[in-house]
Amino acid sequence: MTESSVPAPRRGVPIWAQIIIWVFLAGLLVIVALGLRRAQQGTVQPGQVIDDFTLPLYSGYELDGQSEIHFEDLRGKVVVINFWASWCKPCEQEAAELQQAWAEYEPTGQVIFLGVDYVDTEPEARVYLKKFGVTYPNGPDLATQISQYFRTKGVPETYFIDQDGVLQYVQVGPFNNIEQIRAQIDPLLE
Amino acid sequence: MGSSRIAFYSLLVTLVLAGLWAGSASAQGPTPTDDEVNRIAKQLYCPVCESTPLDVCPTEACRQWRDLIRTMLAEGKSEAEIEQYFVTQYGARVLAEPPNRLATYLVPAVAILLGAFMLFRGFQMWMKPSVTEADLEEAQPSQDPYVARLEEELKKRK
Repeated sequence: MTESSVPAPRRGVPIWAQIIIWVFLAGLLVIVALGLRRAQQGTVQPGQVIDDFTLPLYSGYELDGQSEIHFEDLRGKVVVINFWASWCKPCEQEAAELQQAWAEYEPTGQVIFLGVDYVDTEPEARVYLKKFGVTYPNGPDLATQISQYFRTKGVPETYFIDQDGVLQYVQVGPFNNIEQIRAQIDPLLE
Repeated sequence: MGSSRIAFYSLLVTLVLAGLWAGSASAQGPTPTDDEVNRIAKQLYCPVCESTPLDVCPTEACRQWRDLIRTMLAEGKSEAEIEQYFVTQYGARVLAEPPNRLATYLVPAVAILLGAFMLFRGFQMWMKPSVTEADLEEAQPSQDPYVARLEEELKKRK
């Protein structure tokens, strides 16, 4: 009779290793879930308070002589943020209307238009701004940080933010006429 | 005589103008070739058209980027300076290869080493020999004299 073996006490993976593995897997799942959620989220939604951001401005398109704008400094005013690019054909459809609207609201001192130039080159951007006679503050979306914050899906997109910094309306695609722009700003000024 | 003088002065003016043109052209630097532009462009990706390298992307945005690279090369900017400009303007995601930071290589390396260590430890545990009766006897010698005698008898019969 040979020496028989008896069932050994079960030796699994040590508890610390199990914890690490599960934490790692859970973390991986969370990252994937957040990525999917972000991809399906769309732009920031009305009702959300917009956090502070800084927009550097092209020379010649400054606001009150300042070369950059801090969004927080604009509290108390209606802010219209337009994402555009010189290579974007639909942006050209609304460029004149936006400028016309700016000319109307600028004297009130209650509304600020900001042009955020998305993934563009400055020489071409300047040609575009000159072509459409744009005069409101404009600057590049450096490292696409602003567009990433707003989760833009393309250009043009325009965001209307009230005096408290709360997003009120998002226009995806170009405006067809100036009435569409007035329809969003006027209620905010009442 | 008169016509030859006119021809001489015409030639002189032409030479002077040609010299001026050549001088201004050399001040701007030679126009970079498409190959030189594309050598840098293929290391960049425009965020507008993801997954398409800049050198082959047909969109207007990418054409503008290539023009900008050409302009910067003509201005004497180096490849590194141009890439840095694009990273500053459009973010590190435009680079075909991630920036050469320590964390970029350290994190995957640590994760792989950690995983390998855990696998090694796991296999080590699973491969250990199972416990035999002899081990159990050595570990827990019986205190009961009856059981001890029984075990002794059993050993003799083996």
